Amino acid sequence: MARLVSSRWAIVLGLGLILAVLPLLFPSNYYFRVAAIVNIFALAAVGLNLLMGYAGQVSLGHAGFMGLGAYSVAIGATHFGLHGLAAAGIGAVLSAVVAFLVGRPILRLKGHYLAVATLGFGLLIAMALTNEASWTGGPDGMGVPRLEVFGTRLRGPDTWYYISAGVLLIGVILALNLIESPTGRAMRAIHDSEIASRVAGIDVASYKLKIFVLSAVYASVAGSLLAFLNGHITPDGTAGFLRSVELVTMVVLGGLGSVIGAITGAAVLVILPQALTIFHDYEHLMLGLMIMASMILLPRGIIPSLLARMRGGKS
Amino acid sequence: MPELLQFAFSGLTVGAVYALVALGFTLIYNASDVVNFAQGEFVMLGGMATVFLHLAGVPLPLAAALAILITVGVGLALYAFAIDPARGSSAVTIIIITIGASIFLRGVAQVIFDKRFHALPHWFGSEPIRLGGAAILPQSLVVLFGAGLIVALIFLVIDRTLLGRAILATAANRLAARLVGIPVRKIVALSFALSAAIGAVAGILVTPITLTSYDVGTLLALKGFAAAMLGGMGSAVGAVVGGLLLGLAESFGAGLISSKYKDAIAFLIILGVLFVRPQGLLGKKSVERV
Repeated sequence: MARLVSSRWAIVLGLGLILAVLPLLFPSNYYFRVAAIVNIFALAAVGLNLLMGYAGQVSLGHAGFMGLGAYSVAIGATHFGLHGLAAAGIGAVLSAVVAFLVGRPILRLKGHYLAVATLGFGLLIAMALTNEASWTGGPDGMGVPRLEVFGTRLRGPDTWYYISAGVLLIGVILALNLIESPTGRAMRAIHDSEIASRVAGIDVASYKLKIFVLSAVYASVAGSLLAFLNGHITPDGTAGFLRSVELVTMVVLGGLGSVIGAITGAAVLVILPQALTIFHDYEHLMLGLMIMASMILLPRGIIPSLLARMRGGKS
Repeated sequence: MPELLQFAFSGLTVGAVYALVALGFTLIYNASDVVNFAQGEFVMLGGMATVFLHLAGVPLPLAAALAILITVGVGLALYAFAIDPARGSSAVTIIIITIGASIFLRGVAQVIFDKRFHALPHWFGSEPIRLGGAAILPQSLVVLFGAGLIVALIFLVIDRTLLGRAILATAANRLAARLVGIPVRKIVALSFALSAAIGAVAGILVTPITLTSYDVGTLLALKGFAAAMLGGMGSAVGAVVGGLLLGLAESFGAGLISSKYKDAIAFLIILGVLFVRPQGLLGKKSVERV
């Protein structure tokens, strides 16, 4: 069972099946909406997990790239009349370029320093999105024109559920292939010991940079999808510090280095607050409590703990 | 010229608060390697608790003392219920726990207090003192004097008392400290209590000038952390110097360049420092062992 769960194609098949069957259980559009949000954050978390779980680098500013993806779509369509898909593509390229430029100096740092540098970077993006109101609508955000493909307007949470599910599946396949490739092995070596892998002839800096750029593209595409789904975006909702923290929590909660883990973490962190909306005033209180409890009780993450139990070992 | 003097004074005032937050960071970091992102919430709690106790009719000095006690209690609870149970977890896990704690404390403050801005009365009136063309609030002097006093006190305790020696020993090598009979966990708990108290005092001192609300903690924590890094993580002197420098840079940057990006200035400086000299101004270089 444990081997089945960790095998590459079993994961893809299982995930595809779940994504296809789930809609049968959805009684209303609201469920499609929440599930689409889960898919979108899962995509970003899978990308961030490549960086955190395999290359061993933390980023507390990844929502910044989500913001770039989201605002590329909104600004591209509103100010330049670009087609939504082209704008999303430009957003992904822009995120990759930004990640490439800031990645080299930032990834030289380690531990707390890396955490605070990425955090500062994310805050700078959120600040720029908030302050440049003539482009972005300021703190209240801006509307996103509906995406139109072949003359049909893509709207409705159910449509976007299937689109986001498809993109997530592609993202997962890419991630799994990468992990099984020589690049993936090199990344794991870097995670275990940077100096040892440098001695073994791995170009540590270049691998870290590649993964950083890739995870930024994941986040950017997720941000673009979120913009299309919601039709309205705000700096805090896409690029805010809280979003970055949520992304990191999803990855750690699900289990570092586990692709299913990242998806599970995203599902938990998106669905639980929805289920707890009755405690509206207590939203922050609950979120903080959830983050602390999950880190203390499940420091290794949900999926690795489960796998260990299945293998008969102690979790 | 009077403008520059004005910027310098407001920079030093804010910088003194950053310095206190950074000092609190450093105390906890040295004793336990924990980077405590909830440090800013101590400042918020100190200010907010004083405001609400004062509104409830408690005389100001008593309200301030009670607020400090409450914050110390929160600091100890943070250690006992969130940090201690996660002993041995990775640095990232602990960082996320303290971020979770800061979100939690903000949520609690929002429920217990409210979401509005609050002020405290100035201690010695709000009539500014004229000095070389610049106007200085008496409260600014209170903040500077108070911060200086706390810093001096902390340095005295660390330098001159057995307790301070135990803290230094714990910071230098936890295992060795335990071997010579130092109750390491109590020392770490103490460092949380102490830095909670420092944060609360900072909040009480500065609230008359900057006002306070349930969500002032996050940015303060980040800037305090930035200040600690600027000075060099783990160096108490560095924390104070870093805090003052950061305050000055922000004030001059906001005055001379753009106030819209006042908060960005702090992070640009930090990124710059990290790239050029990651160990900070007064920090030591660390080496990874295989």
